[in-house]
Order: sequence, then C-alpha cells, then structure tokens
Amino acid sequence: MAERLLEVNDLKVRFATEDGVVRAVDGIAFALERGKVLGIVGESGSGKSVTAMTLMGLTRGINARFEGEVLYKGKDLLQVTDRDMQEYRGNELGMIFQDPMTSLNPVYRIGEQIAEAIQAHEKVDKRAARARTIELLRQVGIPNPESRVDDFPHQFSGGMRQRAMIAMALSCNPSVLIADEPTTALDVTIQAQIVELVSRLKDDFDSAVIFITHDLGVIAEIADEILVMYAGRVVERGTTRDLFYDPQMPYTWGLLGSIPRLDRPRAERLHTIKGAPPSLINLPEGCKFRPRCPHAFDKCMQEPGLANRVETAGHLDRCWLDVAYKREHRDESISGGSAEAA
Amino acid sequence: MAAYIIRRVFGMLLVLLAVSFIVYFIFIVIPGGDPAQRIAGKVATSANIADIRRKLGLDHHGFTGFFIQWYDMVRQLFTAQLVSYANQTNVVQQIEEGLPATFSLAIGAAVIWFGFGVLVGTISAVKAGRFSDRAITALALIGISIPVAWLGLILRFFLAGDGGSGVSWFPDGGYVPLTSNPVQWAYHLILPWFTLAVLFIGFYGRVLRSNILDTINEDFVRTAKAKGLSTRRILVKHVLRASLIPIVTLFGLDFASVLGGGAIITESVYQLHGVGWYAAQSIQSQDLPPLMGVTLYGAMFIVVFSLLVDVFYAYLDPRIRLS
Repeated sequence: MAERLLEVNDLKVRFATEDGVVRAVDGIAFALERGKVLGIVGESGSGKSVTAMTLMGLTRGINARFEGEVLYKGKDLLQVTDRDMQEYRGNELGMIFQDPMTSLNPVYRIGEQIAEAIQAHEKVDKRAARARTIELLRQVGIPNPESRVDDFPHQFSGGMRQRAMIAMALSCNPSVLIADEPTTALDVTIQAQIVELVSRLKDDFDSAVIFITHDLGVIAEIADEILVMYAGRVVERGTTRDLFYDPQMPYTWGLLGSIPRLDRPRAERLHTIKGAPPSLINLPEGCKFRPRCPHAFDKCMQEPGLANRVETAGHLDRCWLDVAYKREHRDESISGGSAEAA
Repeated sequence: MAAYIIRRVFGMLLVLLAVSFIVYFIFIVIPGGDPAQRIAGKVATSANIADIRRKLGLDHHGFTGFFIQWYDMVRQLFTAQLVSYANQTNVVQQIEEGLPATFSLAIGAAVIWFGFGVLVGTISAVKAGRFSDRAITALALIGISIPVAWLGLILRFFLAGDGGSGVSWFPDGGYVPLTSNPVQWAYHLILPWFTLAVLFIGFYGRVLRSNILDTINEDFVRTAKAKGLSTRRILVKHVLRASLIPIVTLFGLDFASVLGGGAIITESVYQLHGVGWYAAQSIQSQDLPPLMGVTLYGAMFIVVFSLLVDVFYAYLDPRIRLS
C-alpha cells in the first residue's frame, strides 16, 4: 500500500460573521495516498474551496474556528503554529488557484515569482533558483522558457499563466498538490491540456493531487476517488467508476445531468439542478439536499449518515432512498427528464 | 518612448502658455486691476496715468493690444527681464533668491510626510479595527482638518522663541542657509517641516490604509501566502508594493506643488523668504509681473512632475505602456 500522505478526520470549519456562524465545512473525512488523485466536486458554496484552503492553513483568522484533524504524514496541521505553517506551504503542500489572471502578481516577472517560492524554502542563490525556474517552465510546457522567464504575467496567455502557476506550486516538489478549480477560468481545449499536465506531473514529481472542480466531466479521466460535497458535507464518496456508473445520491445525478453532452439528442435546454444551495448559516433540517430533491419523502426529515448502502465496499452516500428504486429512476435526472436516449 | 516624451514636452509648453494667458486675463479683468491707476495714486491726473502706462508698455489698445501686452510680459519673463511694477526688482532674480528656502522646506517636509505617511498607513492597515488603528485614524482626521495657518501659529506660540508660553525649544521663524550652518538650517526648519507635513501625513496615511486593505484581499497575495513566504515579506514585497503605486501619483504632484511655491501659508507664517512668501507679498500689492512669474514657475513644476510620475508609473506597473 502506498504511503498515506494526508488524512482528514471529521474536519469542521466555521466562520463567525455579522449575520451568524457560517458552517462552511461540517464534518468531512478522507485520506490521500501518494500517487493518487482525489476529486472534490460540488457547487459554489459547498465548502470545497474552504476545505482546500484549510489544508493549506489559508483560512486561519480571528473569526475562524476549526475542529477535527488534518494529518499530514501523521502531523496535525490544525495544531501547527502560523510560523511553522509557512514551512509546509509551498514546500510540502502546493496549491493552484482558480483564476490565473489575478493569482500572479502583475508587477513582478514570472521567473521572479517562481524563484521566490524556491528561495523561501531552500538555501539556493539567485542563479540556481533561476536555472531551476527555467527547467520548471520547460516541464510545464512553456515554449522558450529561457526568454519567457523574464516576461510579466500580462504577457502570458491564460493557459500559460496557469502553467506558470503549476510550475510555481511544484517548485519545491511538494508531496500534495491542491488544485482549486484550476480549469474553470480557461477555455475548453486548454482545460483538457491542464488536466493532462497535472496528471503527468503528479507522476513526474511522485506526489498526490486533490483536484477541486464543479465539473464532474473534468476529473472523470484523472481522479481515482471522488468526494461529492454539498452544504459543507460529503454526500457521496466512491471511486470514479462508482460515481459515474452507480451514483447513489440524487445530487450526484443532478451534477452528472448538468454536464453538457454532444452524444445525446438535443434537449431543449441545458439540464440544471433546480433551486440554489442552502444558506450555510441557516441549514434546512434533515437531509440538506431535501428542499431541492425531486425524490424526497418523509424519512428525509432526518439527516442520513454517510454510510455504505450498496454492494461495493467504500462507496458511501447520504440517501435514504431504496437502492433498487434509485437504480430504476436515476436515469431521468442524469439524462435530462423525458429526453431519453433514442 | 522618446516620441512620447517629445510629445509630452510639447504639450507642457502649451499648458504653460495657457496658464500665463489665464493669469494675465484674470488680472486685467478684476476691478482695480489696472496697475497704472494704482501706481499713480488717488489724486493722479489722466496725463499721469497715461505716462505710467506708456512706461510700463501698457498703452496698447483694444483686442490686439491685450495680446501684445501679454506677449511682451511672457517674453520678458522668459528672457529674465521682467520687473515688478511695485518696486522695479527683477522677477526672475527674486524667484531665484527664494529657491533655497523653498527647496529646503519642500524637500525636508516631503521626506517627513512620505515616511510618516507610509508608516502610519501601514500600521493602521495591519492593525485595522484595533485601538492603534482607531487612534491613528482620529489623529489623521485631526491632521487633515487643522488649518495650516492656525497650526503654524499655535506651534510658534507654544514651542518657539518667546511667543508668550515661556517655552522656546525652537527658533521663531527665519531661515539659515544650509551652506552656512547645516545644524542651524535644520533646527530652524523643524517646525515649518512638521507644520507643512501634518496635512499630508494624515491624508497619505488614510489613502494607503485603504489601498493596503484592498490589496490584502487580492488573489496574488493569497498565492504569495500559499508559496510559504513570511508575513513580513508578503506585506512588504507584495502588498505594500502594489498599494504604493497610487501614492506615487499623489506624492509627485504634491511635492511639485510645494517645490513650486505652493506652501504659501507655511512660508508666510514662519517668515521663510521663499517663493511662496514672495507670491504672498505680490498678491498683497496686486503686482502682476511677480504673480505671473511665480505662477508659471509653479505650473512648470506641476507639468514636469506629472510627466515624471507617468514615466515612473510605467516602471512600477509593467502593464502600463507609454504611448
């Protein structure tokens, strides 16, 4: 069995705001082994970014409260001081963000920004840091890295900026790479390239990846395991295969159904999940997806626990519905109501 | 770049010409603005006035006459021949005599206000919402609101000479040239420096505070954090660097205005015989040539510094292209 790099146990993150306590993450758990890719999927506000930022210690602040454990190689990162956390950031855990346009500092050269990360963690001189930066840029597929290293971010295209961000995140060879919606701001052809790049670099750098997205289609190819998050909870968890071929949670069906597909007869409009995610200050009683769920019944007033309800071990969900019923009815949600494949 | 600067310099000359024209126009239009009448006094005959007019070259009539007189004045100014109506002194020479005091005041005060402004703004932003932030905010608002003339007089009264308070830690006004005694030079200038700087410290501190608080939420600051940089390095290299860019514009223009004789009140309160003081004297005697001189002198600093600011801006923010 591969080395267990990260283990998150019953993580809760709350923020005190003027309007009340926001329960951004409410008891999630997962583990990550070297060489694996974990996908975290959910809508905006489902707590996936807060989870990722919490692993990096980026949500720390006077109004944030944490519970549970974030064990990195056995060490609880929630207990590490702010100063010691600097050693983990960039060095042990690297992170890529959603918007490469704004995530790079516009007034410094690309190379300076990557070299800065290297020099923050290793005692190397400028020349060596620069040589390594050029090598990194080459590895992420920037053409002519010797000259592009001195470009400013605005001279790079969106895809190249995201590549530069990846180079920066990998510059100190972290064991875990956290990619928070790295493809959302990019156009579709570039998305595929970035996903492929992340997957290849994960092997080159012998690390593990947490890939966060709201688009199940994006991670279908690279994720080994997927967590579906809703209202700060994990509502379904399983291998990519389980999730795509035997999804158990009506919310997952909705996500699968909202992927635009060209191999289906043209539906009138893009399929969506009705309603909006609940307020994290005032959560509904019982199952958090109940108000939006077309299959809700009286038992849903009690919140189901995350449990294994199907034959496949390790495939967990939070849904009271009968498995046989679900297998019969889920295609309506996934393929868009009456527009059944001909 | 070269073409850009040439174009800007050409534009600057046009601005200066326009300024001189406006000053001249305003002076001729205001009631009692006719210098010949004022010089001749209350009981002058019309022959007297006509005589003075001819001597001053103000005997051109009508629409074209206005332009000829304006042109004459600008030409004399630029060839350093313009003399005051009131006391026949050479305007350019008078301005030159005021330069040491004005420059000493401006440069010293600018160092103080920029340094303290950045310090105060940074502390206030880092401690946002805490006691030190509130205290600084209160002081800054007081600093911005205090009239300079009042502050100058109060400081003189309580701290300088024998103003009446019994305390005399500082000399009461006056200027000692830097070349004759550097210590006395600085000693005499401490009160004027702070008097002039207080307003700017408060203002810059407030602007910088809000810039920093905006920048701290930028994505690139989060990236810097995620790289594992220290808090201090993030603050100085990423946050402060970006937050200072707008301050540079403010500073360039404020500094230009003070160098250009804009500190009229401070110079007058402390009897610093600089360009601002000269301007105040000339306004009192409604003396057009010196006013024309100091206005163009000040305008020149403004236009030159706004060019410098633009060039420096492009250096600070590589996204900006000069063209």
